[in-house]
Amino acid sequence: MSAYESPIREPLVTGGKTYHQITRDIVRSTEGMPPLSWFAVTGLAATVLMLGSLAILYTLWMGIGTWGLNRTVGWAWDITNFVWWIGIGHAGTLISAILLIFRQRWRTGINRSAEAMTIFAVMCAGLFPGIHMGRPWDAFFIFPYPNTRGPLWPNFNSPLLWDVFAISTYFTVSLLFWYSGLLPDFATIRDQAKSKFRKLTYNALSFGWTGSAKHWQRFESLSLVLAGLATPLVLSVHTIVSFDFATSVIPGWHTTIFPPYFVAGAIFSGFAMVLTLMIITRKVLKLEDYITIGHIESMNKVIILTGSIVGIAYITELFMAWYSGYMYEQYAFYNRALGPYWWAYWIMMFCNVVSPQVFWIKKLRRSVAFTFFMSIIINIGMWFERFVIIVTSLHRDFLPSSWTYFTPTIVDIGIFAATLGLFFTLFLLFARTFPVVAMAEVKAILKTSGDTQKQRHTEHVDDGHHGGGEVAGVLRNKA
Amino acid sequence: MADKKYWKGLEEINHASTPKKTADEFPDELPVISELGKADALASNRRDFLKMMGFSVTAATLAASCEMPVRKSIPYLVKPDEITPGVANYYASTYAEGGDYCSVLVKTREGRPIKIEGNKLSKISKGGSSAAVQASVLSLYDNYRLQGPHIEGEEVSWRNADEAIKGELESIAARGGKIRILSSTILSPSTKQVIKDFIAKYPTTKHVVYDAVSCSGLLSANEVTLGKRVIPNYRFDVADVIVSVGADFLGTWISPVEFAAQYSSRRKVTKTNKRMNRHVQIESYFSLSGTNADKRIMVKPSEENAALLHLYNAVASKTGGQSVTAGQLDDQHKAEITKTADELVAARGKSIVVCGINDVNAQLITNAINQLLGNYGTTIDLVNYSKQRKGDDAAMNELVSELSTVDALIVLDANPVYNYPDVDNKLKQGLEKVKLTVSMNLKKDETSEFCKYLCPTPHYLEAWNDAMPKNGFYSITQPTISPLFRTRSAAESLLKWSGTDVSYYDYIRDFWKQNIFPKQSRFSSFDVLWDRAVHDGVLDIEVSGELTVGNIDAGSAGAALAKKSGGEGMDLVVYEKVATRDGKFSDNPWLQELPDPVSKVAWDNYACVSKKTAEKLGLKTALNKINESVGTETDLLTVSANGYEITIPALVQPGTPDDTLAIAVGYGRDIAGKTGFIGQNVYPFLKYQSSGISNIVSGVTATHVAGKTFKIAQTQMHHSIHDGLNERRIVKETTLAEYNENPFAGNEDRAFVQKHLKSLYPPYENLKNGHHWEMAIDLNTCIGCSACVVACTAENNVPVVGKDEVRRSREMHWLRIDRYFAGDETNPSVIYQPMLCQHCDNAPCENVCPVSATNHSSEGLNQMAYNRCFGTRYCANNCPYKVRRFNWFDYLGADSFFKGTIFDNDKDPHEMADDLTRMVLNPDVTVRSRGVMEKCSFCAQRIQEGKLKAKKEARPLKETDIVPACQDACPTNAITFGDINNEKTEVFKIANDERGFKVLEEIHTLPSITYLTKVRNKDKSEA
Repeated sequence: MSAYESPIREPLVTGGKTYHQITRDIVRSTEGMPPLSWFAVTGLAATVLMLGSLAILYTLWMGIGTWGLNRTVGWAWDITNFVWWIGIGHAGTLISAILLIFRQRWRTGINRSAEAMTIFAVMCAGLFPGIHMGRPWDAFFIFPYPNTRGPLWPNFNSPLLWDVFAISTYFTVSLLFWYSGLLPDFATIRDQAKSKFRKLTYNALSFGWTGSAKHWQRFESLSLVLAGLATPLVLSVHTIVSFDFATSVIPGWHTTIFPPYFVAGAIFSGFAMVLTLMIITRKVLKLEDYITIGHIESMNKVIILTGSIVGIAYITELFMAWYSGYMYEQYAFYNRALGPYWWAYWIMMFCNVVSPQVFWIKKLRRSVAFTFFMSIIINIGMWFERFVIIVTSLHRDFLPSSWTYFTPTIVDIGIFAATLGLFFTLFLLFARTFPVVAMAEVKAILKTSGDTQKQRHTEHVDDGHHGGGEVAGVLRNKA
Repeated sequence: MADKKYWKGLEEINHASTPKKTADEFPDELPVISELGKADALASNRRDFLKMMGFSVTAATLAASCEMPVRKSIPYLVKPDEITPGVANYYASTYAEGGDYCSVLVKTREGRPIKIEGNKLSKISKGGSSAAVQASVLSLYDNYRLQGPHIEGEEVSWRNADEAIKGELESIAARGGKIRILSSTILSPSTKQVIKDFIAKYPTTKHVVYDAVSCSGLLSANEVTLGKRVIPNYRFDVADVIVSVGADFLGTWISPVEFAAQYSSRRKVTKTNKRMNRHVQIESYFSLSGTNADKRIMVKPSEENAALLHLYNAVASKTGGQSVTAGQLDDQHKAEITKTADELVAARGKSIVVCGINDVNAQLITNAINQLLGNYGTTIDLVNYSKQRKGDDAAMNELVSELSTVDALIVLDANPVYNYPDVDNKLKQGLEKVKLTVSMNLKKDETSEFCKYLCPTPHYLEAWNDAMPKNGFYSITQPTISPLFRTRSAAESLLKWSGTDVSYYDYIRDFWKQNIFPKQSRFSSFDVLWDRAVHDGVLDIEVSGELTVGNIDAGSAGAALAKKSGGEGMDLVVYEKVATRDGKFSDNPWLQELPDPVSKVAWDNYACVSKKTAEKLGLKTALNKINESVGTETDLLTVSANGYEITIPALVQPGTPDDTLAIAVGYGRDIAGKTGFIGQNVYPFLKYQSSGISNIVSGVTATHVAGKTFKIAQTQMHHSIHDGLNERRIVKETTLAEYNENPFAGNEDRAFVQKHLKSLYPPYENLKNGHHWEMAIDLNTCIGCSACVVACTAENNVPVVGKDEVRRSREMHWLRIDRYFAGDETNPSVIYQPMLCQHCDNAPCENVCPVSATNHSSEGLNQMAYNRCFGTRYCANNCPYKVRRFNWFDYLGADSFFKGTIFDNDKDPHEMADDLTRMVLNPDVTVRSRGVMEKCSFCAQRIQEGKLKAKKEARPLKETDIVPACQDACPTNAITFGDINNEKTEVFKIANDERGFKVLEEIHTLPSITYLTKVRNKDKSEA
């Protein structure tokens, strides 16, 4: 990385941190007894998970009939939740892979948690294709394994099969990426550890990292390789998820705009979830110096970009419905906006298209409380987007004789709650045991992006000792 | 000096272990590949292989050692000659229930009847059947049937029962006490003879015939007009103009299977035969006939009489008959009826007027109209008159009033406690006073609760019987299985009690020998005749002797009728549903699961109201339901009249007149079998009036039950074909006038669609080789009777899911009948569209299945491999026709655990999975487990059977070899199935008809079902 950063750029590490302080700030959250509030929140999340798991067990025992689905609406909350969670996962990959390749230094403050979020979100998402099956005990049919039935292969034309490959690849790469990034940080925790158990555990977790130059060199190359692998995945996974719908014949699904629209939506919702998590984490673990207002603002900028793409996609869909002259398509969108699920459509429109536009105002972009509120709104909006696409398209398709209405049951709600419980339980455990900020990476940018270091650069310019900084100095004086 | 080497000690030079500085320790390029390249010792060796194998074998042994239950199947020790395991046997038989008649073929497998099919040799039912006929096989396997004779609730032996009953009868007869036999219409001439013998033995006996829904008025009128208490032989097949006043002759009236076949035979328009009958229906609720009418005149129930009188007057004024005083009727209706009369007069001698009003005067007026039109002898045959309804309301009324003085009452297949309007409890009180009460019935019912002796009768599939539905038409019922329970034919019991100790079989044979054999000349030996009759199921005999039409005093009949027309306030009309009819078989789950063709509601009866009336009554939820078209919630109404009150869900039903409630009978049974208690009984609303029990009640009060709603099990909501933006081209129709000008009328857009069907992919040429199965459905002859739906259920082991699941739109029918309204909101026209898997050659379901569980056969079938399906439901989502059905639960107990415990995980609310009921399952069709998708297979098992049959006989396949269950059941031949690659087949011809179109052809699914445009016989002014 380049050793110099313009002083007009906000510092990414504030509070005049030294390397040691960074180590202490991050490692501290993994040491000692967690506060009572942590136990309370984790207990709550785990309870929700347990109760929700009852809903899952009940489904497995009785059948999919325990859900609100019917002959016309074959997917509803299951696939809505699946797409929603997969979408959330995208922010982590985007931050770790694409922003790494584009050398965005601000990613270092948030990439660890964002990647953890990706892993947990994909785990939640992965649950749904499994349990939404009528006969989950036969789920292995989906894998192309040699067998004595012919051999009988899965249907390689089916987007659901593509999903299996896309998501399993995605999960594997994300997990590797996340874990390999953790290695030097685990080693740091080990080196800080006082008890033998801690030392042993973190040593094992760090795969015996010694910090030798060779280790670092391999670490860097692996990061780059995985980033290279993960970058297309950011685009491909949600593209393939969107194929589940786009390759069908159902009006409202059958559209070529879906891949970019889904990817933008995924990043949009992912950043919203990162913000939700980070705003709490930085407050609770006192990491305001590492996850600064500048970080939040950067993420809000991504949100406004992706939110606007999503908005354009919605409007394009409406335009195409009209322009196509295809009566079923026209009705599908008429029905979305004015049919029995009009409320879902307008919640989606408000949350995803209208509300992010307030981030054009810098003050709101930099307001922590407001951003937190908005991140929740966007998460709700994006859930409804998937619900609108899936349920309102299905419930009234071609033959009016088959039109129905979908209402969720307590089991539907329970299973969604279970995934929320799982997600937060895992994240809370992660926050107390793993380094939530990538120490090594933050340290790597401290010299260029830390506030005191930037200050020093600027002072050098003022002294006139450092010719290279002259231009920046002039700019600064002008400002 | 570049080549000079520095070393720090000898160790460095001599020891290889010392790390050497290599050139690529920190290379610029990615070292990944070179690092990986070192790992060359990855190949496994023999030891690893043995370790892995050892582990796998152990693991597999452990996993596979779970014990599987051993089931023993015992082969025949001595195989019966006619039974070949795996091959079905067919026996001709007769369905005769309360006057409903259908000649049938019973399909048995390994000695079990599993399916009822129409008998094509019958000149009456002509191979057709109805939903009730199709469902009758399920009633055989019913645990709720009586399993032996009972005396006062104690199960006894037949000998004990016989001795006790005979003893009592003899003592009653000795002291001259009154003995009464109460039955519904009996079609069996032998049983009638048995009753005569019984009366001869016990002369104080009287036989009273009573039908729940009777034609007493019609019979009484014919007694006057024709001199005989019979129903003439209606010939809808020769009538050009058909006018029905409140008679649902296609759905429920007298002989609907027969009438439907006759009716539709005149509606098969083709390029060469561009004529069809014209059907005008004057009625006060939306009946099946009304939905099929070319013109439907909707009047209030209390105005039906006036409408009939106006029709009479209008006909009379043109044919020189005397005019009568008619009741009040508004001008629009008058004009419509006058126009109808003109049409009738123009088709004099080739028209037919039928009337469903159970009133002797109304029937006399109807007879007078037919007489004025010269229809007797042409469209109304008086030789082969019908005996399909014999109920006499007056006789029943007399029985009820004298019941307290009756000593013995033998109830044979009748249930008056449930279905007789016993307003002042005279019947029940009387029954309690009768000393000897005997119930002879299939199962316990409301009446048998009052009976001391229960003498259960066998199901018609278990016993011998005969029938004479019409003069000259005989029919045999033969047993197809040994009686499942200790039951005995009612006739045999009566024989026993009258001291004749012969079996009923011998009695029937003897009766035929004495009475039928001499009347014919075709057979010289009785044994040959008998064998022929048993084989064919039917025997027709030339009969002569036409009834003569007497003089009809229309004046006095009209005057009497006019007094009864009109009525203030709310009217109630009670009607029979096409499936559940009078309620006798309302505990048949197949019939309850079948949605009513018009309302599409299953599992309930309900009060149909017009939109305006709903507004007036303040039925906000019911109105919201139709306005929003979501949910199943509707309002409850309290309906009271004649001192009886019920609370019943309301349904806004287009085609119902204002200020009218229409409620179906057959619900609210107190003795519920498999179906449980459903609906409300509306028989008590009715009243016996001078000549009969009218199905119309005036002066009804209906009030909205505030704060309560009801979830109705409706499978189709109130959507018109117009979605609010566009007219969907799913069903197509035209008028006869337009069709005559252009055979493509109504179907003009197909050419455009076909021209634009283009694909990036090459056409599937291989589908043009070998067989390619296709179906054609004529929307013009489909009357919506739904016999096919039940036939499909029976053939393909389609599960019954129950009311709660239907409310959630989870009915499993592979074949459904879509009903669309068109035109006027208050009195719309209706179009039915049987909808089943279209077996698309470019099927959207096939390419999305991740495991290829649904795939295409080389013969064009879209097949389901149930074993492969793991239930992602993607195929159902992507099916534009929404014909795929998912097993949300374990409906048939295919893989349930812990049955009867709280862990019981099957969903069988109507006991369809118990061991007895499972005997009805078709062994050729897999019972689907939970979590599996299913759908119409075009009866793949029948295709295979037909192909094998042809192969065994070493001949090419004939069209008749393969008939799917729906086609077989259809009374109107609306469905045709066959090989489209054979240009000689009927289906090929129909598929290339100008009226042929495919549903959603424009999305290029290449469906295999061709529908034919509906043609309504309307002139241009009506269109």
